[in-house]
Amino acid sequence: MNFFTEIGQYFLFLRLTFRKPQKWSVFWRILLLEMYQIGIGSLAVVALIATFMGAVTTIQTANQLLTPSDMFPTQLIPKFVVGTVVSTSSILELAPTITCLVLAGKIGANIASEIGNKKISEQIDAYEVMGINSASFVALPKIVAGLIMIPSLIIVANFLLMYGGVLATKFTSALTYDDLILGARLVFHPEYVRIMLIKGFIFAFLITSLSAFQGYYTEGGALEVGEAGTRAVTRICVFILFFDLVIAQIFLGL
Amino acid sequence: MIEVIGLNKSFNGRQILFDIDAQFVTGKPNLVIGASGSGKSVLFKCLVGLLIPESGEILYENRDFLSMPYDDKLKLRKQIGMLFQNNALFDSLTVEENVEFPLKMFSNMSSQERKHRVNECLGMVNLVNANQKFPAEISGGMKKRVGIARAIALNGKYLFCDEPNSGLDPLTSRVIDDLITQLTADLHMTTVVNSHDMKTVKDIGEHIIFIYQGKKWWEGSKTEIEEARLSNPELDAFFRASF
Repeated sequence: MNFFTEIGQYFLFLRLTFRKPQKWSVFWRILLLEMYQIGIGSLAVVALIATFMGAVTTIQTANQLLTPSDMFPTQLIPKFVVGTVVSTSSILELAPTITCLVLAGKIGANIASEIGNKKISEQIDAYEVMGINSASFVALPKIVAGLIMIPSLIIVANFLLMYGGVLATKFTSALTYDDLILGARLVFHPEYVRIMLIKGFIFAFLITSLSAFQGYYTEGGALEVGEAGTRAVTRICVFILFFDLVIAQIFLGL
Repeated sequence: MIEVIGLNKSFNGRQILFDIDAQFVTGKPNLVIGASGSGKSVLFKCLVGLLIPESGEILYENRDFLSMPYDDKLKLRKQIGMLFQNNALFDSLTVEENVEFPLKMFSNMSSQERKHRVNECLGMVNLVNANQKFPAEISGGMKKRVGIARAIALNGKYLFCDEPNSGLDPLTSRVIDDLITQLTADLHMTTVVNSHDMKTVKDIGEHIIFIYQGKKWWEGSKTEIEEARLSNPELDAFFRASF
């Protein structure tokens, strides 16, 4: 299948998916289950990665900016600048993009293989024969759950990135808690949060819809299900990075 | 009754079905037989709407399935129950939840009524004490029974069974064949069975359609097949190869 055929098929899949659910009561129940699996199921890994990433970013930024060198023997940059760098990069890049790249591996592969497995075991055909719109039934709750839970995880990740930074100040004498928070407060801009959430919604849609699409069109056996999972993660990562660039250019480009 | 008129289907330019005409009558099992690769599964998938043929008509009670609006197709499909070759049971649901699934989706029954209907259907297929088991925990024969129970849960008019005996021992195969025959008569359904098992043909073949190289080669009943073999080498070869 060439690139343009696949793009066309993806949009046809989305058209099939975004239909009124057959039965709302069943949809809500599946949605809650998916929200639990996507949100609560990913909370630990997101928390762990965000906290460590926040700490490492703070230590490395402090090291880069505050270590005197041969060229600049005395420290020229105020310490609070580390806080500005850490908080801005957390809000704009680390929380939405890195978190979503991690979630692409966890949620994306999971959705693609789950739907792919349903496809090869004829469960998707069973829905169709029953008169159920299978694309909508299997994919819509996952997409909606992703759109609710992934931005929520990004917000949590953002707080934990800063918390990781705060923890790092306890292990270094180069930077204090007050320096970090002062820097973060000085450059905080609500517009950055808006950009972070826009990224979050777009990445959430990409993660859930692309993985559902790859799973839905799986043909063959167990090997192809694995390939669909790998293909989904690869494509999600590429598209996340591409849209990250596009959003950065649109909202922050000079 | 289901009627097929001039059905043609091809994949990537390779024709699989050639001008198939057939009638599937109500109240007794209709068997579609043929060797692997003969096109019977493709015909089957066209009948239930999983594949769209290039030309021809599929009439359900004189209403053309292929030209129906999407919503009408969905309504008709609620009348269709299907037993899949690999059962296609929902593996995350228990036996009870599998049978209850179409009721939840398409009926306004209360939870109590649904439970009653589930037990009634499981009783019809002689499956007891397995309600809370998952598909992975039951045998192949039991899975077939669950598949049949799910297919009849909505009291549909049409039952499609794709290779109902695949992977089953001869004894269980006969039980499943008997069950299909009995349910077809009791519930007065139009049943289409896709099979290459000649034992099934001899047991329940009231109306048989033999597909050979994508064409309808022969049509008759189990009493006529022995005589037809004498003048039909392809049917004879298929028949002999099956034993």
